Amino acid sequence: MRYAETGYYLEVDLSRGSVEKVQSDPKLTEMYLGGLGTNAKLIWDRVPPEVDPFSPDNILIFSAGLLCGSSAPGSNRTIISSISPQTRYMAFSMMGGFWAPELKYAGYDKVIVKGRAPDLVYLWINNDKVEIRDASHLRGKSTYDTIHAIRRELNEPHAEALAIGLAGENQVYFASIETESSSASRKGLGAVMGSKNLKAIAVRGTKDLYLAKPLEFMEECNKVMDYIQFRLANPIEGVPAILAFIGSPQEMMLHDEKWHTMSFAWGNARVRRMDFWNEKIEKEWTETLENARKKLVGCYNCPVKCHGIIQLPGFPSYVMKCFSKLTYVMGAMADDLDFGLKIASIAQSYGVDGYSTPQVMAFAVELYEAGILTDQDLPNFPKDNRERFYYLLDMIVKREGIGDVLAKGVYWAAKEIGKGAEKFDHNTIKKHEQIPIKLGMLNPMYYLMWSTGEKVNITQIEGQIPQAPLPKDYREKFVQDWIQVPTGKEERFKRFILEWGDEGKQFPFWPEPELLCELVEWQEIMHYIDDCLGLCAGLSSFPLKPPYHIHNLPRLVSYATGMDVTEEGLWEIATRVRTLVRANNNRRGLRRTEDKPPEDHWKKRFPEYEAKLMDTYYNYRGWNTEGIPKKETLLRFGMPEVYQDFVKRGILKEE
Amino acid sequence: MAKKTVKIIKVDLDKCHGCRACEVACAAYHAKPKYGAVNPARSRVRVYRDELKNVFVPVFGTFYTKSECAARHMYRINGNDQSAYDEDMSVCSFCGATCPSRDLFKEPDSGLPLKCDVCESDPPLEKPMCVKWCLADALIYEEREEEVEDQPEFDEVEVAIESLVDKFGMEKVLDGLARMSKSS
Repeated sequence: MRYAETGYYLEVDLSRGSVEKVQSDPKLTEMYLGGLGTNAKLIWDRVPPEVDPFSPDNILIFSAGLLCGSSAPGSNRTIISSISPQTRYMAFSMMGGFWAPELKYAGYDKVIVKGRAPDLVYLWINNDKVEIRDASHLRGKSTYDTIHAIRRELNEPHAEALAIGLAGENQVYFASIETESSSASRKGLGAVMGSKNLKAIAVRGTKDLYLAKPLEFMEECNKVMDYIQFRLANPIEGVPAILAFIGSPQEMMLHDEKWHTMSFAWGNARVRRMDFWNEKIEKEWTETLENARKKLVGCYNCPVKCHGIIQLPGFPSYVMKCFSKLTYVMGAMADDLDFGLKIASIAQSYGVDGYSTPQVMAFAVELYEAGILTDQDLPNFPKDNRERFYYLLDMIVKREGIGDVLAKGVYWAAKEIGKGAEKFDHNTIKKHEQIPIKLGMLNPMYYLMWSTGEKVNITQIEGQIPQAPLPKDYREKFVQDWIQVPTGKEERFKRFILEWGDEGKQFPFWPEPELLCELVEWQEIMHYIDDCLGLCAGLSSFPLKPPYHIHNLPRLVSYATGMDVTEEGLWEIATRVRTLVRANNNRRGLRRTEDKPPEDHWKKRFPEYEAKLMDTYYNYRGWNTEGIPKKETLLRFGMPEVYQDFVKRGILKEE
Repeated sequence: MAKKTVKIIKVDLDKCHGCRACEVACAAYHAKPKYGAVNPARSRVRVYRDELKNVFVPVFGTFYTKSECAARHMYRINGNDQSAYDEDMSVCSFCGATCPSRDLFKEPDSGLPLKCDVCESDPPLEKPMCVKWCLADALIYEEREEEVEDQPEFDEVEVAIESLVDKFGMEKVLDGLARMSKSS
């Protein structure tokens, strides 16, 4: 009997129209847990670098995490993996909501889709009964309309569905995959889904998911629930309100947006507006949000309410999350939140990423103002920036005219447009649009995270360490009950918090690179664990002092699965997964040259010092100077097949 | 007339945000072994969710009935027509009955009815699991003294047998029981 996981994958070949239920290898669970870990292994085994993102040979994996569907609060993440059309590397986009647990109850850990359907289809998984159904009547329908139409035609009100909108169908490089409540947005996996002619997957499950040591597991879950309550009642002191809570940043609950609007850059990641936030704006924005937001809601089996139901007359209702509240407003240099809430409604109906999309549109506006895009490219282009954004959104999603080029994202569009457009592509990493942050002094810890993060998204790497030194009065209190710190690191990490910001204890040249690597490692490992287990980062790797940490997670994994996993063991598995994701990307061409932040991310840069930091990090990770895992590293993690492939392809020399 | 402690779970709809933690807690608590499995389809509380219309209604399994309602009922919430099942196909109120018109509150394997027992156990829980796990405080536990008429109570076994009789007929159930008692 398998515990925590169902032990089955659903293999779907859309070219042949075949569906197969296949038992998974329990050994892989021991090595990679599940979710992202086993996804990375499947991509390694099945998708060689010659395979194009939109090729039928590319696979698209919809995975539940190892703990999804268990009683662990917040274990609800769907981890979708494939090759990104934008970065051309392994992509793993994730979402919360209700879909992954339902998949587990239907009896599967993953749905692995390959091939391409001859015409638009959707997948209906009802426990053991699986059908590939015609979706031609859903063509062009919005994400939400699709989900509702499917529930209605199946007469299954309890079915959970994910779907692409028009953007995914049209293979926009930053198309998302949406459920009613959540979005897997980054890296254009909606476009991959569209390339397979797969409009949606609906699932309904009524089977048991077993846990190996029930009483012990439940006791841990109850403790997590207690700590969630404690943290909700005790926000961290000494940090901005937006960073003080757990969950994703509570932007649907809080009205104070001073921190985001002042620290982040507006337009095409160009200007910081230090005087933007004032009483008048705060009053207007509070009213706007209070009127539009009907309720704070959240995901499956999680008490934290990070989402807001937004209802605006004349616009489709939707669920907004986190920073997407501001991305369109700031991208368009618009001052009214109302615009941001409205265009996000259209954008989510189309199914596009709320991070990349406004960046691409702000880029297009700049090109127009610089005369690189003309009235010929953008006929009747409105004067008002907000109207321009609506105009561009439509054009991109429908791939009309220049919209067809912009639909490939800033990097590829700049190349194709030429005429100096490349100079306006200043905020991408590995060809992927980044959060618009432009700062002064190099932050060495963030330098490493921005540069080497395989997710190419800083929020998916950071979390355990405050973003700036704590005010002196708060430091002692912060470290007092900092139970999350890994064993053996307590003294060093606490000292870092206590000293950081003092005279001579400031970035960029303090602390020593080795300690920086350890801090970075801790933060990224926690994310990798979450992504394997399907735990929400909002309760775990992303906020300060989270309910899940390296001390209780090994117990949860052990009690759920029946395996015997220690703190060191879990750390090792997460490092193995991190290494394998890296190897997937190395095999697709990733080298040191691409491990870098946008050039203007910080005004003050130190090339020699940065090179030293990078060398230290690579060495710490067991990689060579090109950022490729060495033979000894690959063998230590039990992945000789990766080493052999690297040798065969000339990526590593035979030793 | 006699005095009786009545256990009540009050539902504050304004606070429910549809996370279904109550379903998880209930299903886990009633699993055998206790907490050994999670399957919301076995839960004795189900949350009706229509997220984009902002409707979240926890419904508790109440009683078994072999007949459908003579008339169905539809509720209007926030200006939208809502039923606990499917707005188009099977208009059905937020009722906790195990009945032939839908698959709510039926064991997924056997079809036997599922009824909230307020987590009766020995020693008793401080409050039912669903209430404990509802950090939104949408579920509120209360005990009240009420005057009740004396009447015999169906225990769980009788309810189950009655539903089996309705499903298969008295003869088949008796035959089945006879066969089972022979073989054991």
